[in-house]
This record gives sequence, structure tokens and C-alpha cells, in this order.
Amino acid sequence: MKTESKLEKVLASGALAVTSEVGPPRGAIPEKVKEKASLIKDHVDAINVTDNQTAMVRMSSWAAGVIIKQMGLDPILQMVTRDRNRLAIQSDIIGAYSMGINTMMCLSGDHVKFGDHPMANGVFDLDSIQLVQTVKKMRDEGKFQGGADIKSPPKMFIGAAANPFADPFELRVMRLAKKMKAGADFIQTQCIFNLDKFEKYMEMVCDRGLDEQIHILAGITPMKSAGMARYMKNKVPGMDVPDEVIKRMEAVPKEEQPEEGIKIAIESIERLKEVKGVHGFHIMAIEWEEKVPQIVEKAGLFPRPVL
Amino acid sequence: MITAEQKPLNEIIEYITPYDRILLVGCNECVTVCAAGGRKEVGLLASALNLHFLKQGRTIDITELTLERQCDPEYVEELVSEIDRADAILSMACGCGVQTIAERYKEKPVFPAVNTKFMGASESQGIWAERCRGCGDCLLGITGGICPVARCSKQLLNGPCGGTSNGMCEISPDVECAWCLIWERLKALGMEKRYEEIMEAKDFRPAGGGGPRKIIREDLSL
Repeated sequence: MKTESKLEKVLASGALAVTSEVGPPRGAIPEKVKEKASLIKDHVDAINVTDNQTAMVRMSSWAAGVIIKQMGLDPILQMVTRDRNRLAIQSDIIGAYSMGINTMMCLSGDHVKFGDHPMANGVFDLDSIQLVQTVKKMRDEGKFQGGADIKSPPKMFIGAAANPFADPFELRVMRLAKKMKAGADFIQTQCIFNLDKFEKYMEMVCDRGLDEQIHILAGITPMKSAGMARYMKNKVPGMDVPDEVIKRMEAVPKEEQPEEGIKIAIESIERLKEVKGVHGFHIMAIEWEEKVPQIVEKAGLFPRPVL
Repeated sequence: MITAEQKPLNEIIEYITPYDRILLVGCNECVTVCAAGGRKEVGLLASALNLHFLKQGRTIDITELTLERQCDPEYVEELVSEIDRADAILSMACGCGVQTIAERYKEKPVFPAVNTKFMGASESQGIWAERCRGCGDCLLGITGGICPVARCSKQLLNGPCGGTSNGMCEISPDVECAWCLIWERLKALGMEKRYEEIMEAKDFRPAGGGGPRKIIREDLSL
């Protein structure tokens, strides 16, 4: 084992891992973090704590992560390079690790244009791949990015994101290989609605033997309505929602659409479980955390392994 | 070249209202090419300002002058004969020109009449686009001649991010994804393999992170 990470242990055991996420509140409301984490705590192995997602200011991901850690759960610290330079990044990693956080996700982050501070300057001193390299160097070499030795280096289990649906498709597997080469231990993918395309992507991943070197957690998002499906298709960059999915959501009465969305999520998990190289699921139920237990149970992923 | 755009007229008026005699100085280099501060624009701005103050019942004395290169002390010296007659200088050059004047004529206030925008190239008639950030360590040799520092919205050295769609950047359907362009170009050159080489974290010292930059050429200096 490279780290003390529970997610690493679950993945090493060969069980399908389950992660989900908690978006920190836009205010000093620690209870909100606890409330959201409580909804999913028995049904996931680890909980992503998003970092100023959609470029909106929120409680810092490491602080919310510490709250979750203090509940006896396993947070995954998300970190975007948009808001910090390499000094702040490394000091936050040491801080988070000192508070018991041992798993993280390395991301570049949504552009500030999309958030509530579009006038801000994005930092991007590092990109996501260089962040992965930095965390690995801290862990495996005990050195800072700048080269100096770290006294008692933080040992993080390193995650990165992959979007199999963004353009150009032919680059997506190469990009995954690049993240792996940089040092990523696991990947959480963008929400998967186009299963055919994802299966093709995984085939290419396996053809290169990447599935044996990195754990891929398939991203699942239940949709609340046909409107949300259309919004994701048309407005969210890099999202691929096939027309059949939208039609299926539209075909049921509005009040039954949430249930249909959950059904689609469960069916997707059932199908993707059989796909070679898929080692788990990352369930992103946006402001709908209470549905995660139901999805996990009905998809046959419950109970979670005790390690 | 360095591109610029004229400031809103009201802002310029606000700067010069306290003064009666203005020396309006254009530049014959970049700002002439991008039609922001050459001889022609100096004339147009002088007319607009004259008209504005006439409507207010006030006449101001505007002397128009366009220098060969406002960022060069040798040419800025040419203002010597005019400077005593002026209460203030209004410069239509980029920020480098404005500062060269400010440094030479310390006793006179100098105001910018343009906003300096970026180092860019002309895409077509009347359209200029950013192409270089002057990062001091040119990467174009390994990125197929397309700069990710200047043209990727997140300055990713290992792009593209997950926000690309149809070759366009997530920030706008009008902005091309630099990394899609790089990839297409690498393919066209048969250099696809290069894509999988990780570009290490950038040293930002040559980019200005090490403080204001200067080039000293001992072979040329006196």
C-alpha cells in the first residue's frame, strides 16, 4: 500500500469501490457538511469534498474535509489549481494530511468565468497533471515541487478526473495515460450518459493495458427531470447526453421523472459493472445526496466492504 | 505587435479637463498598425476633443505630433521643442511609450489615451487576436507552433481540459480550444507522440515572476 487511504484498500481488495460527493456550503455552516455527509456515510467508501465548485466561493474543501474526517468518515480532498499557486497547494496538502486526510483529487477547475467572481484572475500556476506530479513527488520522494526535502511528507492516494466525452475523442485515452504516467492512482470520470461511447473508451483503455495500472471509477449522475437532462446536454461543456436518454425522461409524467432518473442511474451501474477496467463508481447526486443510498442498494453495491 | 484600443472619450476628457494646452502624441509603430494611436487617430481624437470643449464654450490648444517610436528615448527627445508650451501630454502609444515620456519629461503630467491590450497578430482585416504572453521561455517548438500559455483559457501546459466541445473552449463558442489546435497540428506534422510527453511545471521567473524584466546586451550597449 502506498498510503493509509481506505479507498486504496477497497480498490486493492478487488471490490467495486463507491464514492460520492459533498459540496461545501456557501457560508460558515458546518452542520450542513455533517448533514450531507450523514446521508451517504454508510453507502460509500469515501466522500469527495468539492473545491469551490463551479468557481463559486464555498467553505474550503480541506476544512469541510476535516469536519467529515471528524465524523469518522473518509473524505477525498478535491483541489483545483485555479485558486492556488504551488506554495498554497503544497501547504494545504500538508495541512489536510496533518488533519487525517489521505486521499485527494487533482483538478484544474472550472474557469472563473462561470462563477460568482468572473472578475477574478485564475491562478493556474500548475495544471492538473503537474498537480498530480507534485503530490506524487511529495509522497514518493519526500520532496517539495521546488526540490527541497519535506520533513515527514504527506502520503496522499492520488486521484484525477477524466472526461471520456470531451473533444477530441481520440485524445482522451492518451490523456488518461498521461495522468497515469504523472502518478494518478485512480480516476473518477465525468458523468456517463452515453454508455456506448464510454464502453468504446474503456475498450481503448484496456487495449493499452491502462486498466491494470490505474483504477477507474465510473461517474454516475441521476437526473431529476427531463429539463435537467436537456440542460446538461446543451449547457454543460463536455457533457454527452444522448437524445434517447432525454426522450426516455420526457416520456414519463413530470412527477415520475425523478424516479426515472434514478432508474437510469441504477441500470447504468448494472451495465458498467460488467465493463472491463471499471473498478468502482463515483455517484454525483447534485443537491440530491439523499438518493445515494437507494441507488447504491438497488445497484447491488451494498453493504460496503468493512476493512 | 502590441495592440491597443482607444479609451472611452469621457475618460480622456476627465484627464485633460484641468489643462488648457495639450500635447497629443501618437506613435508610428504598433498602434498605427492596429489603428489605435497613429497619425490618423491623433487627428481624429484632437477633433473630437476640440469639439467637446467648444460645446462647453471653452477652447483648448491641442498640438498634434506623431513620433516614429514612442518607446525609444531617441525619438521622445523630439518633444523637447514643444514641451514648454504644454500643460499636459496625452499619449496615444502603448504603456511603454507613455512611460518613456513620463521618464523623460518628469515635470509634465502624461495621460494614456489608449488601453494597451496584448501582443497579438492580425487574423483578418480589423481583427487582432492574442498570440503571445511574453513568458520568456518559448514553447512553440514543442506545441506545433500554437501557444498554450497565450491561447488556452487556463494556460494548461498539458491540455485540453474536459470542457472542450466541437473544438471550442468552454468559456465561449467563439474561442478556439488551443489544445485542439495543438493536437490537430501535431497530427498534421506526424508528431502525435509528443502529446504524451508531460510538460513539467513552468518556471515563471522568465515570465515576470522574478520581478520586472530587462534585457542587457553588452555587445550593443555603450
